[in-house]
Amino acid sequence: MLEVKNLTVNYGAITALHDVSLRVEAGTIVTLIGGNGAGKTTTLRAISGMVKPKAGQILYEGRDITGVPPHKLVGQGLAHSPEGRMVFANLTVLENLRMGAYLQRDKAVIARELEFVYATFPRLQERAAQLAGTLSGGEQQMLAIGRALMSQPKCLLLDEPSLGIAPLLVKSIFEKIVELNRTRGLTILLVEQNANLALQVSSYGYVLETGRVILAGEAASLRADPKVREAYLGG
Amino acid sequence: MTELLQQLINGLSLGAIYALIALGYTMVYGVLRFINFAHSDVFMIGSYVGFYLAPKLGAGSVLGGLAVLFSAMAACALLGVIIEKLAYKPLRNRSTLTVLITAIGVSLLLQNGGQKLFGPNPRAFPKLFPETQLHFGELTVSSNQLIVLAVSIFLLVMLWWIVHRTRIGTAMRALSFNATAASLVGINNDAVISFTFALGSALAGAGGILYAMNYPSIDPLMGTLPGLKAFVAAVLGGIGNLPGAALGGLLIGLVETFISGTRASTFRDAIAFAILILILLFRPAGLLGKMRVEKV
Ligand SMILES: Nc1ncnc2c1ncn2[C@@H]1O[C@H](COP(=O)(O)OP(=O)(O)OP(=O)(O)O)[C@@H](O)[C@H]1O
Ligand SMILES: [Mg+2]
Repeated sequence: MLEVKNLTVNYGAITALHDVSLRVEAGTIVTLIGGNGAGKTTTLRAISGMVKPKAGQILYEGRDITGVPPHKLVGQGLAHSPEGRMVFANLTVLENLRMGAYLQRDKAVIARELEFVYATFPRLQERAAQLAGTLSGGEQQMLAIGRALMSQPKCLLLDEPSLGIAPLLVKSIFEKIVELNRTRGLTILLVEQNANLALQVSSYGYVLETGRVILAGEAASLRADPKVREAYLGG
Repeated sequence: MTELLQQLINGLSLGAIYALIALGYTMVYGVLRFINFAHSDVFMIGSYVGFYLAPKLGAGSVLGGLAVLFSAMAACALLGVIIEKLAYKPLRNRSTLTVLITAIGVSLLLQNGGQKLFGPNPRAFPKLFPETQLHFGELTVSSNQLIVLAVSIFLLVMLWWIVHRTRIGTAMRALSFNATAASLVGINNDAVISFTFALGSALAGAGGILYAMNYPSIDPLMGTLPGLKAFVAAVLGGIGNLPGAALGGLLIGLVETFISGTRASTFRDAIAFAILILILLFRPAGLLGKMRVEKV
């Protein structure tokens, strides 16, 4: 579904990614783990076209999408729920969700997707008329995911859904993520600080360190790997 | 009492024009975070479009007057889009200062181009609508003032509807909050920016016509002063805030009119700048502007 080949990304003089390659098979959940500044967010940004790679290639459903701007990828079923959530704080929850379906002109489809998002996150329905900026952090995360779902993605790039959220809610959000993968066949590339949880729901994982892939493998074998356990799973 | 009411009507009809221009400054600021100094000259071009089209479109009747008004709006919308595409879009990732200086350049180009094209001398603006004076007791209201108020209110309501009730209007608000997030939901930011320029410039065009109707001579430098006052109105209301710009415009119009009616009338043009200095000192966010709170 998604393939990244030898990706190199620079921010000015800083090289954030060196020669990173990874694959995400259709219908799977794949995790990127790594410490702060390892290049996880940069990888997602390069895939969704927010930053232009210096070298390398990105293939989506077999098509070369390297350097294609984000707004053109959404229509092809590639959605990105970014780090920091970036909900439109000045818009209501409902307006945010409608913006998620910006490219969809069929009102019936929008209504159906809205119902689906509300069923997944009932809290959003209760808050539909509220300004997104006044939501709690956890609610904003639900909104960010819900907004990405409104575009009916085939593949979702999800950056740190657990950031700043109480453990109980994290668990429930992860359950939703798995459910979306099971019931809708949604392919997910997940970036997560909580490596333990992320590897539990994933089938495959990549470990990034200072912009390089240092380890890759089945999620279960990564969880058993002593180096991974020590560095990312707390021993 | 009558005097006061009279001044109120005069002030509101002047303020409504400032409000229309101020909205263009504030909308462009909202999506691109810079002050489009060429906006006041788009307003001037609106007046000249009216000047040249009036005889061709049957001005002097209600329908003819409206035809002139809408043509000027359409012409200015197009001009605004062209200016954006040619002058500002190539500078999209440059510093705000670069874009600001470019805007001043475009403004000078329009002013000097206008002097070359239309001649530097003031021209008498033709009569667009049938004119009468209406008397309510001792109160006198010209039909032109009523037209200014009616058209402005209509345009403000339309604008509100576009910005709050349509898909592209919502996209404008989304883009003004976070351009990156806007592109991630599939919004083509360039298209929305063009639309914003079209909308703001159309309002300036309408302002140009309404202004010329009440101050019946026009010249290529006429945009400067009303433009500056409208800019102050936008800052007064809170730059980037649409209701703020409308409110700011009305307030500036009212203050200016009341000052004109006193012995301090020579200060009528200075008052806007005194207001600007006061806001910048005491309430830089403007009357309706607020600091944004973003949860992380
Ligand atoms: N806009 C930018 N300009 C300059 N350097 C940047 C920029 N964004 C990221 N970087 C640098 O690139 C490197 C990778 O950053 P990235 O955000 O991809 O890390 P990350 O793995 O997502 O980290 P975290 O877990 O803290 O979110 C870091 O060293 C960071 O400082
Ligand atoms: Mg990150």
